[in-house]
Amino acid sequence: MMRNRTQWTWFGLGVLCALAVSLAFVACRQKPTEQRGAVAEAAIATYVPPGDQDEYYLFYSGGHSGQVFVAGIPSMRHIATIPVFSPYPSTGYGYDEESKKMLGEFTWGDVHHPALSKTNGDYDGRWLFVNDNANARIARIDLRDFKTKQIFGPIPNVSGNHGCSFVTNNTEYVLIATRFSVPLPLGTYASIEDYASKYRGVVGAVAVDPETGQMSLGWELLTPPFNWDLGSCGKGPSEDWAFWSCYNSERATGKLEVTASQKDRDYVIAVNWKAAEQAVKEGKYKIIGGAKVIDPKEVKGLAYLIPAAKSPHGVDVSPDGNYIVASGKLQEITTVFSFEKILKAIENKDFTGEEDGIPVLNYDSVKEAEVNVGLGPLHTQFDDKGFAYTSLFVESAIAKWRLGGDWAVVDKIPITYNIGHLCIPGGDTMHPDGKYVIALNKLSHGKHLSVGPSQPECSQLIDITGEKMKLLYDAFTEPEPHYAQAIRADKLHPIEVYPKEESKNPNAIWDVNQAGVTRRGNHVIVKMTAVRSSFAPTKIEVNQGDRVTIHLTNIEQTTDELHGFAICQYNINVVVDPGETKTIEFVANKPGVFPYYCTNFCSALHQEMQGYLLVKPR
Amino acid sequence: MEKWLDKANIFFDLPLTLNSRILILVAVVVLLPAYYFPLWNMTFYSNQYPDGLKLHIYAYKLEGGKTPQRDDLREINELNHYIGMRPLLESDFSEFKWIPFGIGALILLALRAMVIGKMSNLVDVFVLFSYFGLFSLWSFYYRLYTYGHNLAPDAAIKVKPFTPPLIGKEQIANFTVYSWPGLASYSLVLFAILLFVAIVMSARPAEE
Repeated sequence: MMRNRTQWTWFGLGVLCALAVSLAFVACRQKPTEQRGAVAEAAIATYVPPGDQDEYYLFYSGGHSGQVFVAGIPSMRHIATIPVFSPYPSTGYGYDEESKKMLGEFTWGDVHHPALSKTNGDYDGRWLFVNDNANARIARIDLRDFKTKQIFGPIPNVSGNHGCSFVTNNTEYVLIATRFSVPLPLGTYASIEDYASKYRGVVGAVAVDPETGQMSLGWELLTPPFNWDLGSCGKGPSEDWAFWSCYNSERATGKLEVTASQKDRDYVIAVNWKAAEQAVKEGKYKIIGGAKVIDPKEVKGLAYLIPAAKSPHGVDVSPDGNYIVASGKLQEITTVFSFEKILKAIENKDFTGEEDGIPVLNYDSVKEAEVNVGLGPLHTQFDDKGFAYTSLFVESAIAKWRLGGDWAVVDKIPITYNIGHLCIPGGDTMHPDGKYVIALNKLSHGKHLSVGPSQPECSQLIDITGEKMKLLYDAFTEPEPHYAQAIRADKLHPIEVYPKEESKNPNAIWDVNQAGVTRRGNHVIVKMTAVRSSFAPTKIEVNQGDRVTIHLTNIEQTTDELHGFAICQYNINVVVDPGETKTIEFVANKPGVFPYYCTNFCSALHQEMQGYLLVKPR
Repeated sequence: MEKWLDKANIFFDLPLTLNSRILILVAVVVLLPAYYFPLWNMTFYSNQYPDGLKLHIYAYKLEGGKTPQRDDLREINELNHYIGMRPLLESDFSEFKWIPFGIGALILLALRAMVIGKMSNLVDVFVLFSYFGLFSLWSFYYRLYTYGHNLAPDAAIKVKPFTPPLIGKEQIANFTVYSWPGLASYSLVLFAILLFVAIVMSARPAEE
């Protein structure tokens, strides 16, 4: 009996346990199924099957890598790296004479803000401009071949070119600005004690040739030593105006994190660039450091300061050009200014002060709304449905809010972590494509396979077609994307081969039989061809100390038939694309025999694609 | 025998009917595309070239497919050099000199037959044309044969000598090669057929 009862008890307990486990199992399953559904949806939304192509190009700034990264949306796959301010052996950039000359004395740059060229306020797919915050330069990438074509600068008087590169509606100008004021012209010495009076900033613009994209000096406007931060160009009604935000209107020095955070409001400067252009035409400027600089103490009516909430970072103009949105990173609000009200305040001389000749507009007269977006608002982008999206650094989120009407925040999505810029394809144009927003986050906190202390950056793709924003994908990049811009893929038509007929390089040769070595004194000139799977000539004989110039032409006319050319122990590696000619120059100061070979895998007999540089000792 | 020869003489002396003469004119017009369209098209497919490398042989020139991404003739020569094949060069093809001349001469002869309106002239054009057509075809075939058989002995990749297909499909290494006559060839054939019909149309009344 006893035994029997015990048996029953155990049996009962067993049944209960089984029930509990299966119930728990069902309970647990419920949620993952739903989650799996969302995951599957996101996967389908971002999956680009083999053979298919992405819908948008995404051009990431590469930060202090000095490069631009190209990815596809929605797959977020990294497709290419465009070297701009740094040598890049992968494409041989910085090893041939032309790119070495472009890079000049610098081996790096700090790329912050890519700007696609615009026609009538929309991307035209011709060029991409990027700034170098460190050495006051701007580069132009031609989107016909995705190559850096011009590096302009260092631009006179600009120190820390952060408020760059933003283009006017028809790419007449690219904006430039000083972030770190210094005594002008560059090279002048003044004690840091005299910062407020002797240090100066400038805001201005570099002119762009409408046909060739070639950049040249435009105009500059002298300003107090504020730290000009970000810029933006007007659109539609505000088309003739340019805007920059600033921190440190305190004109402070030392520990800026404290000293420049004392005032509750800093400024956005509004500059009428058409009027500035006119003033320069009328000779109302002085030459400083070789540039035409307008002094607002002498030339009135060009520039106005708009008080904006504490240390504003991003300043962004709405697609219709009616609103200017400035985000004070140390407050919880983003401030919307009405362009109409700004014009009226200027007309009525509704000023509350002046800073070194620049009138300060009455805040209450020009403010349209203060939107309580959240903690640490930085940048704003716009969609095509009347919404604005503001990145919140401190809160690690994006706030979606209504542009106009009740100015209400309608949705918020957390991101991982600490978002800087954000990018909607066409998000700074007159006609944004409101399908995705990409969150460009500063910290990833190990959300990826660990790669040690040097952590990558994190970009997140978010669907904004619905009422609620939906996170789709996490991508990781090398340091360090700041801003990015995205353009519809069908707006670009890159070439993949440099056509032989277009080659204008006087040193190009197109026939293996034309290849050869000539000597002029102690200068050896080599005309060389690369074609599957050999170089011609296959040997170069020089004397120690000779200057050697190699003009290398890739005579292929087929996509993807790239050839590399490296000389062992001579620190040389260039890559020539199909139909391209590059020039390599060096002094053969090391005696001996040095192989040269093709570095870019080309064909079945790639290994055999080699030759010898023979350097006879003196 | 004599009777048959007489019959032939009568036949050759026959005048051409109006319909036959019109048909000759039509045939000449039909032949004109031979100057503007390829005689032969070859396409080389492989994994790396899913869209196919294209080669068009005209009466007077050699042309490869050309896109911004690729120059097919250059590419075909580039690939052929691995097996030691001579590059396809327009200057190597004597056909490009005499074929356009031959077609022009035949057009003139056809127009002559139309104007004079005698059966013998028309038969001359037909016979000459048939000879010319077949000779051209053989000439091209022989050229393909030569290209495929005179391979450089020091080539990096040794392949068995081969003849690229004149008509149809063939597998050559990793390439599937398709070769088909082009529009110009069809107009040559149609020209011959029309001339034959013109002969038949004028021949019938004489037999009655």
